[in-house]
Amino acid sequence: MLVEGIKSRPVYKGLSIQPRSRRHIFALEGEGAHALLERKAELDDAALSRSEILYVARGSQAKGYDEALRELGAQMFFAGPTIATLLFRLKGTLATAHMGTRLYIAGTEGFIGQAMMVALDHGMDHASIVTEHRGSLARRVQCVHCKGITEDVTHSPFPCSHCGLPLLVRDHYSRRLGAFQGVNIDAEEPGSAPDPEELFL
Amino acid sequence: MAIAFKQETFRDDFSYRNSPENIRRFPFPFDRDEYMYSVNMEPHVKGQKGTVFESLIDVDEHYIAEMHDRALVLRDDPLRYQALPHMMTAQWDTLELLMEEQAAGYPEHFTLIRNGDRWRWINRPLGIDDTFTFGDTATLPYEPLEYITRQAQGDFCIVDQRDGNLWMDAGMVTTQADWSLDFDIGMNFMEWHGPVPLAHQAGVFDRALKFLLNLQQGKPTRRFNWTMTINPRLDTSPENYPKWGADRATVTPENVGEKVHLRVELQSLWRLPRSNAILFVIRCYLMNMNELVTVPKWARRFPRVLRTLPPELIDYKGLTRYRQTTIDWLSKFDDGAPTSPGPFPD
Repeated sequence: MLVEGIKSRPVYKGLSIQPRSRRHIFALEGEGAHALLERKAELDDAALSRSEILYVARGSQAKGYDEALRELGAQMFFAGPTIATLLFRLKGTLATAHMGTRLYIAGTEGFIGQAMMVALDHGMDHASIVTEHRGSLARRVQCVHCKGITEDVTHSPFPCSHCGLPLLVRDHYSRRLGAFQGVNIDAEEPGSAPDPEELFL
Repeated sequence: MAIAFKQETFRDDFSYRNSPENIRRFPFPFDRDEYMYSVNMEPHVKGQKGTVFESLIDVDEHYIAEMHDRALVLRDDPLRYQALPHMMTAQWDTLELLMEEQAAGYPEHFTLIRNGDRWRWINRPLGIDDTFTFGDTATLPYEPLEYITRQAQGDFCIVDQRDGNLWMDAGMVTTQADWSLDFDIGMNFMEWHGPVPLAHQAGVFDRALKFLLNLQQGKPTRRFNWTMTINPRLDTSPENYPKWGADRATVTPENVGEKVHLRVELQSLWRLPRSNAILFVIRCYLMNMNELVTVPKWARRFPRVLRTLPPELIDYKGLTRYRQTTIDWLSKFDDGAPTSPGPFPD
């Protein structure tokens, strides 16, 4: 479970299928495949004939989720090698999407954030996007000082992978950046950073 | 009367100081001897001469120096100014409001001449005399919000109103108490206030949001916020925290008077006529402890307020390292006598 009570963090309500949508686009990462596979019963032939599934396995490689997703029989299925590839494909899909298109995103929070940013750039309202968190609790963090993004952060504090400052991961999330905020923890007394704690596994 | 503008700095040698007259008009935010958290909104109406309420957009002796400091911040980090594309109408609304209020309050320094949508804006302190077409961005050297907020003291955020919420969709933020526009832009009211302790549970933000959604044009409202800053530094941004954070560890009993500053934000909120957005002005005033104790009432009251601050707020405001040293220093000026009600000097 993700910790609750972070006001700026989106609430990931779960992948409920919206039956009236003219088109369903599923952007899934790693364990996010399960979010859809577990709702197989809600997907009738009509819904599947209007569905496009985009998947990137990442840490769940060799678990066979891509095959299971393919066998659902959606009209289109795409398995990409990296998040970047999947997002590139998602942009192409959204660029030609029509009214009535519903986007579903499931996976780690960093993936949801990045796919959400693509959707926002294409004029989708964040409140209309259906999301579910699955997999690691690792955070995507923006260093507020150098603005560099570090992916898959499991510890706090951690060294910024760009400028090297030890960063405290704040419970403050930007939907526009798809990232939590990292703030230098020992600015007031350089060298005084506490040992990293594994907080987001 | 013309303002005597000062040449001073908010960085490096920190030559910023308040004149005795400016100390008297400082917006001391505490109306009693203890700290109380509240929404504390009141109508933003003109007040007495010799206070910061003399004009609704206040210009003071620090104007030129503050605008110079803003230009330096923007040179190093242009993203302190950002506006989402749908905010252009609200940008023009803001330009109009700030030009009108500055020209009305300080005719010897600012003049606005309108001829249909051909406008001429004269800003004598900064040596600007520009003619442009209202509504045509190509006739200004910057976007309208950036143009006018390079010529107005304080930070400026424009919040869009939709879906029963307010959205931080544009801003010029270079004199902030440790929050990042670049991070917060696009967030709604609850989201950008997310990190503030205690107030969410107290229902402060629910009430404030409800109030602001109903804000009417022509009836601006205001509230105070405050914190403390070491050295008279306007740019206490999270971006530059590694540059100013260490200042907090430099306070000693000998330098409290010079180094420790009360930082007050006079926040005013204005409904904008064309866009229905709200302009949120966050005007920052700084006064060091030597200056503060020249007003005996404030010298008695401020240490009493600091003693009653809840621990969460001491931490959130970043006072932990120097609060006690400051109280000890200020206590020399507190003879225990009662203070008169209200914030103003006796």
